[in-house]
Amino acid sequence: MQAELISSVLWIGLRSGTPLLLATVGEIYAERSGILNLGIEGMMIIGAFTAFAVGQATSSPWLAMAAAAAAGLAASLIHAFISIHLRGNQVVSGLALTMFGLGLTSVAGGTFVGAALPREARIIPSPLSEELAAIPVIGKALFDQDPFLYLSILISVLLWFVLYKTKLGIVIRSVGENPAAADALGVNVYAVRYACTALGGALAGMAGSYITLSLRPGWVENITAGRGWIAVALTIFALWDPLKAIAGSYLFGIVEAGTYNLQPLGFSQWLLNAIPYVLTVVILVAGATETMRKKMGAPAALGVPYVRGEK
Amino acid sequence: MSVGREESASVGGHPGEAGLAGPPLVRMEGIVKRFPGVLANDHVDFELVPGEVHALLGENGAGKTTLMNILFGIYTPDEGRIYVRGEEVWIGSPRDAIRLGIGMVHQHFLLVDRHTVAENVALGFAESQLSPLREVRRRISEFSERYGLKVDPDAYVWQLSAGEQQRVEIIKALYAGADILILDEPTSVLTPQETRELFEVLRRMRDEGKGVIFITHKLEEVMAVADRVTVLRRGKVIGTVPASETDERSLARMMVGREVLFRLEKGEVQVGPPALEVRDLWVVGDRGLDAVRGVTMTVRRGEIYGIAGVAGNGQRELIEAIAGLRKVKSGSIHISGVDVTNKSPKVIHGMGVAHVPEERLRHGIVPNLSVAENLVLKDYDREPFSRGVLLNYEAIERNAEDLVERFEIVTPSIRTPAKLLSGGNIQRLICAREFSREPKVILAAHPTYGLDVGATESIRRLLLEERSRGAAVLLVSEDLEEVLNLSDRVGVMYGGEIVGEFRPGEVDMEEVGLMMAGVRRGGSQAAG
Repeated sequence: MQAELISSVLWIGLRSGTPLLLATVGEIYAERSGILNLGIEGMMIIGAFTAFAVGQATSSPWLAMAAAAAAGLAASLIHAFISIHLRGNQVVSGLALTMFGLGLTSVAGGTFVGAALPREARIIPSPLSEELAAIPVIGKALFDQDPFLYLSILISVLLWFVLYKTKLGIVIRSVGENPAAADALGVNVYAVRYACTALGGALAGMAGSYITLSLRPGWVENITAGRGWIAVALTIFALWDPLKAIAGSYLFGIVEAGTYNLQPLGFSQWLLNAIPYVLTVVILVAGATETMRKKMGAPAALGVPYVRGEK
Repeated sequence: MSVGREESASVGGHPGEAGLAGPPLVRMEGIVKRFPGVLANDHVDFELVPGEVHALLGENGAGKTTLMNILFGIYTPDEGRIYVRGEEVWIGSPRDAIRLGIGMVHQHFLLVDRHTVAENVALGFAESQLSPLREVRRRISEFSERYGLKVDPDAYVWQLSAGEQQRVEIIKALYAGADILILDEPTSVLTPQETRELFEVLRRMRDEGKGVIFITHKLEEVMAVADRVTVLRRGKVIGTVPASETDERSLARMMVGREVLFRLEKGEVQVGPPALEVRDLWVVGDRGLDAVRGVTMTVRRGEIYGIAGVAGNGQRELIEAIAGLRKVKSGSIHISGVDVTNKSPKVIHGMGVAHVPEERLRHGIVPNLSVAENLVLKDYDREPFSRGVLLNYEAIERNAEDLVERFEIVTPSIRTPAKLLSGGNIQRLICAREFSREPKVILAAHPTYGLDVGATESIRRLLLEERSRGAAVLLVSEDLEEVLNLSDRVGVMYGGEIVGEFRPGEVDMEEVGLMMAGVRRGGSQAAG
């Protein structure tokens, strides 16, 4: 009974953690290149909506996911253009993007509200192997998931490898730390920042698509429910490292899943639901001071527009 | 390695001989560069031959750095031609310059602090995508050995001394294939030992047939390392001479255009009671580590106490703690016997402490306020400058007119925004504001940094006048000459501690240098 419960919490936890993971890893890339994108929530919900609409129209989950990635990428380019070319305030621009995404999907999704996604458009878990999935406690969580979930782990590990083990990774990290140093050695700082922000947008879009294609197959307004903000906090919590982001995202996913199962034990549902967001606020506050950020290793040029020849 | 030896044999130490072997590495003819309101380079001719160290000497604003920025493609000239190895070239960007084999080590290093040396080099030069560090490490070791550029490829840049960081920059230039190397004021951040090591590296490069251009305003360095000197003044070339045929005095005359007093007259002053007492002070720095570690010192009235040391050894944190800008972790600070530990900057200023801060544009003035307003920044809320909630602009302007005249601040008007003044005049403005209230204690951080010879002289004179008036001056400077010339007592700071205290003249430069590098503690303890 106890094992059953834990198994189920872990299974749901990993599923709930998947959109967090994709969005976080994307934000890690954007921030590593020096672009703070607080528009994750907006890009995510644009992705979620796009996936739902395309899924309904085509009944192809993979097409829906690709469309969501493209939509997220397109949305992120607005932020990239404002931050990189116009050298606008990245906090303001990111917040605007979030509001834009929430507003746009609320208007465009009016007719969809309450609609369910057809079954063939969903991404559905299926065991990798019956024997492995039968392992008590962890079997179901690890070996009875959908391909999208495994793909997101693969993407995260790959992005970790690129960031820390390749020349491209050195280039990206240098652009986020000291763009002038990179520029002096012939690195195109703007191109790197555009690419990283766009990657972050595409991953946020995919993260959103997982919500409507698998986690909560249907459409309601504000379906992302603040997950984008959790990803902002997770980026700090993971110390800008994709591998740590895997652990952090699943931890948050499991906490979220666990709260549902504590409910029958007499805890207030409202308080339990608040836990992930309370953790988010705690992390954001902890990461707010300049000295803490330095200690944790925030990219030194994060949020600072780059202009050649200016100190 | 062996290649270097052979070349050095054929080239020899004389620049002229090497020049005969082929065309000069660089020839710049009639270079003109205008900035709004300034003629930075006025028909400048310059030549660099293989196998020479060529010093480019001049005061700040003489156009040295502009000329070299043109050679490195950061600016393009308005007029003139540039030849590299005999061929006329157009250098439109640093990339063009690098392709032509020109490397430049800037005054401010362009390094990623949180990355390792190898990562910094790999950023620009690794050929392999998948194992960039392995190949880079090997080449770094090669360069290290060949030129004596000692540096650990796996050390993080933030762990390195300024001298080591400079070596990384030189390695980057060499990695890019530079045989024309430009160094912009390379010794300003180095200890005397590091400077000697750098000169050794430059000599080795010269002996291999490379050309080195060395921008400086320090005469003794020209004499120590240069083969030829080109002197610039106000954008014009005053002359190019072999270093062996000149001396410091005539170079100084060429540079400034008049005789220069090398040593300011420092009168005897009766030393008074202690004005500033610091006891076992511990202060935490920006990185969260202890930046000041148990400093104890006393500065008396009528005395200048100089702190020598390489920047980043706790000097800034010490000054900020005394000024009330940084929290003291433990220990105490007394002004004229009153405990001011962790009091607000305003209270401390009110006690008679003046502060000439390190970054004058960021912390010394409000750039967009007028000269008159900047002059009352610390007294605007007092009579006669304010009445109730209103400012009394009449009094403020009268005060400004008076101070502008007394401190010889050159400004179009007292209503001009302070940011439009030159560095020397901004510093005089700050001194006017701080000194006009006859402070008991003066904290002066790098007061002449970046100023030209004339302005430097006037600021130093002001400090000496304050000393004669009976102020206790705590002077922090990286310019060792300045500290030794002005101070009555000198403390050397290293790693947050005062590792040696002495009176100028008691200890030789060698010894001071070793203390600055943390190698040796001690020196004779002057009676405090």
